Parts: sequence; structure tokens; C-alpha cells
Amino acid sequence: MLRPGLGQSRDRMVEASDLCFAYPGGAKVFDGFSWQIDRGETWAVIGPSGCGKTTLLYLLAGLICPSCGELRVGGEGLRRPRPGTGLILQDHGLLPWASLRANAALGLRVRAFYGPDGLHSPHEKQVGDIWPRVDSWLKRLGLEEFASRYPSQVSGGQRQRAAIARTLVLQPDLLLMDEPFSSLDAPTRESLQSLMLDLQAEQGLTSVVVTHSIEEAAFMGRRILFLGRPPQRQAVVLDNPAAGHGVRDRSDPAYGEMRGRLRGLLDAAIQGSG
Amino acid sequence: MRRFQVLLAALGLGAIWQVLSMIANTPILPPPWQVVEALVLALPHDLGLDFLASLWRVVASILLAVATAAPLGVLLGQSRSLSRIVSPMIYLLYPVPKVVLVPVLLLFFGIGDTAKIAVIFLILFFQIIVLVRDQAAALRPELLLSVRSLGAGRRALYYFIYFPSSLPAILTAVRQSSGTAVAVLYVAELFATRYGLGYYIFINSSSLFNYPAMYAGILAMSLLGLGLYFGVDWLERRLCPWLPSAQEENS
Repeated sequence: MLRPGLGQSRDRMVEASDLCFAYPGGAKVFDGFSWQIDRGETWAVIGPSGCGKTTLLYLLAGLICPSCGELRVGGEGLRRPRPGTGLILQDHGLLPWASLRANAALGLRVRAFYGPDGLHSPHEKQVGDIWPRVDSWLKRLGLEEFASRYPSQVSGGQRQRAAIARTLVLQPDLLLMDEPFSSLDAPTRESLQSLMLDLQAEQGLTSVVVTHSIEEAAFMGRRILFLGRPPQRQAVVLDNPAAGHGVRDRSDPAYGEMRGRLRGLLDAAIQGSG
Repeated sequence: MRRFQVLLAALGLGAIWQVLSMIANTPILPPPWQVVEALVLALPHDLGLDFLASLWRVVASILLAVATAAPLGVLLGQSRSLSRIVSPMIYLLYPVPKVVLVPVLLLFFGIGDTAKIAVIFLILFFQIIVLVRDQAAALRPELLLSVRSLGAGRRALYYFIYFPSSLPAILTAVRQSSGTAVAVLYVAELFATRYGLGYYIFINSSSLFNYPAMYAGILAMSLLGLGLYFGVDWLERRLCPWLPSAQEENS
């Protein structure tokens, strides 16, 4: 039986309506903020420090709850971290006491720990064989020979790739990334950005990258959400067809133009805060 | 430290001992070979039993202390409200030299194993709880957030994060306090007891005037402390291979 608007919610990955959020004892970060993300879109979120980009990501991830308004992800209300959402943070979040292989398998191990209860892991998926899936992702990301090393023994880029493996082995449909490459050197960063675009296209992921880098936003975000100074009310969205898999050349003029626009917005926001 | 270096050092110390003994030329400082002979002769008899008694008391205390202090330390580390109440109490009790409690514990528990285990337990308990608490509190919030985003609830966080992360802290605490633990055991065993290295040392010095045997007891007790220290070190290398210290040794 079809419910009205069901067709709409199928295409909507994220539906945020009138969100309010403030940290305890702090000023309001979001005040009646609304935003929509459709399936398959690749977004970048950019803004000056303190604008609430990481807060927004944590809200989307279900790690914190808005004080008012509604947040629907994947067609359902969000109360807690959703099994189909993958989160990659700037700090890779790897367990220091486990090998890269054990780390990459952590998501599946957590699911095996709880069983398919629909709460901590998706109902319809049996965990199945953990290690073959993990090994194939490690191989895909070039970590095969480092699989038994510890995070402290490998480079920053390799750690972040292990974090990516850990997330993607869970087959997410929504990928959330918080400045995932900002602590890496430029060549590693650029190669990982390209890798992410490839993976997103291949897996059909909906993704949101939070970044403070104009270049990264212009390169990775087909649609860009600009957050000015808090409190956030109106979503400022820029369309950026020049980004993504189609255009790999960073000297493309459209790419340069978007960077210029973003720089202008950022400068205005920063100057406004004095 | 290579095993070879340690062996060389042991022989060197033995040589120094031999020289001092010859200079002193008194029955109070017998030469090393005499002590080793006394040790080897007494080991199958009462010295062996005393050693085992002391060893059992130390091991039991360690296990008891780890079983109680580690979970409490983790709890304190991740619950700020609980820590606010309990930490000041620990702060005040921590510096109390637990050895002064020996007479009190003997009054309560008598001259059996319990008092001795209790005093060592107290020492280790405070050391472990403080180190584990600090380790748990120092866990990066991003780490916890990342693992929570994988769907981990409270139970999974304990299993995958809190307990594995506290292992180095536990081992460090045990290693650091093993010296004090053995010393306090000695004091506790000086009081009337049927078995124990402390009693063996004491009885051979004050009543029997058997100095080689006394030194044999001292050597045995030193080996107990040394064994504990190296034992925990070895455990750390096996159980915590990700630590830089363990990697140095293994490479």
C-alpha cells in the first residue's frame, strides 16, 4: 500500500527540518535549519571555524540529537547511529592496539558482537564471513602488505586508508567525512580525494564531506553547502557541476571560478565576525 | 636489555660481592659460593616451601587487585560524575605507605595468608586504579565517536576499547609496584608465620645465626622480585605488541 509522499522519501537520503542545536552552556549553532540531500549526491560542507560543520555531521551521524526539529535519514527518523551510515573522521579513529586488518574488520566485528538486531547492525544482513571481505578491501586500497602492522607503524595516509576500508566494508549507503585528509601531506591528500571520488561513483554512495579547504570543497562537492557564522538558519547551497568524477583536472576554469566564489563567501563570513 | 648483558652484570656483581666478603672477613658477610650452596641445599626443603608460600601470596594479591581495580579504574575514567566523588578519596589514601597498615591487618586477620595478601592487595589496588583511570580518561573522544558510529553501544565499547586500552596501564602498575609489594611482604612475614621468605630470613639471622642461609633467603626474595618484574615485562611484550617499548625488544 502506497503512502503519500513515499516516492519522494525514497530519493531523499537526508531530510533535515527546522533543526535546533546548541552545546550545553553555549550559543545556538542551528536555529530552525533545514536541508535536503538526495540519494547519490556528493556534497561538500564548508565554512569558517566554529560555524558548526562538524556539529552538523555528528547530527547526521546520529551521535548527537537536535533539541528541536526533525532529522530523517534513509527515510526514517534518526535516534542513534544508523547501521547504513559510514563515518570517517580526521583522526582516523583506529584502535592503537589492533593491527590494520583487525581495525578494518572492527565494524563487522561489532556487528557480530551484537548479532543482526536491527539496532546496532542491519536486520537484513547476516554478518557472514568477515575476513575475506576485509582482506579484499585492504587489497583494493593497497594495504595488503601492511595488514598485520599496527597504526603507529604506518603512515598517516595508510591509516586513513585503513579507516576508509573499515567504513566501506560495511557497505554504507551514506558516507559522512569530517576533514578526512586535512592532516595529510598534499600529494597523499590529492590521491585520496581522487580515490574517494572513484569509490563514491562505483558504490553509488551518497556522501557529505566537511572541509575547511576551498580546493577540497570545489573538487569533491557537486553540491556545496556553505555555513556562515552561527546560528545557522538558511541553507546556502551552491551547485558545482564542475566537481567530481567527470573533471579531474584542477586547472579547469570552472573549478577555479567555484574556488573564487567560495573564497568570497568565506572572507565575508570571517570579516563579519570581526 | 639483552639477556647476555644481564648475565654479565650478574657475574660482575657476584665478583664484587666476593671481593667485599674477602675484605670484610667476617661470618656476617659470607662469600657468594657459600650462599649459593646454602640456597641449593635448602631449596628442596624449607626454603622451597617458604618461596612457594611467598610467591602464592604475591600472585594471589596481584590477581585480586587486577580483578577489582581495573574495572573500577575504567568506570572512574569514563564517568566524570563518579570520578568527582571518588578521586579525592583516592588522592588522600594513595600516599599512605601501606606497610604501616601491617600491624592493623594482622590484628584483623591473624597470622595466616589473608593479612599478607590484604596488604599487598592494597598497594596494588591503588596503583592500578589510578593508572587505569588516567588511561581511560585519556582516551580520545574521536576514537570513541568513531567506534560508536560503527554501531557500538556500551557493551561493545567496553569489550573493544576500554578493557584492551587498560592493559598497558595494568601491567605498568603491577611492574612499578612489584618491588614495594615484595618489600611489604617481607615486613608482613616477619611476624609469626609458619611459612614465608621473610620469616626464613628473620629466623636464620636472629635465632639460628645461620648467615649463609639468611643470605640464601635474601637472594631467594630478590629473585622473587626480579622474577615478578621480568615476568610482567615479558607479559607486556606478548600481550601489548603495539607499544613502542615492546617493538624495540622484539626487533
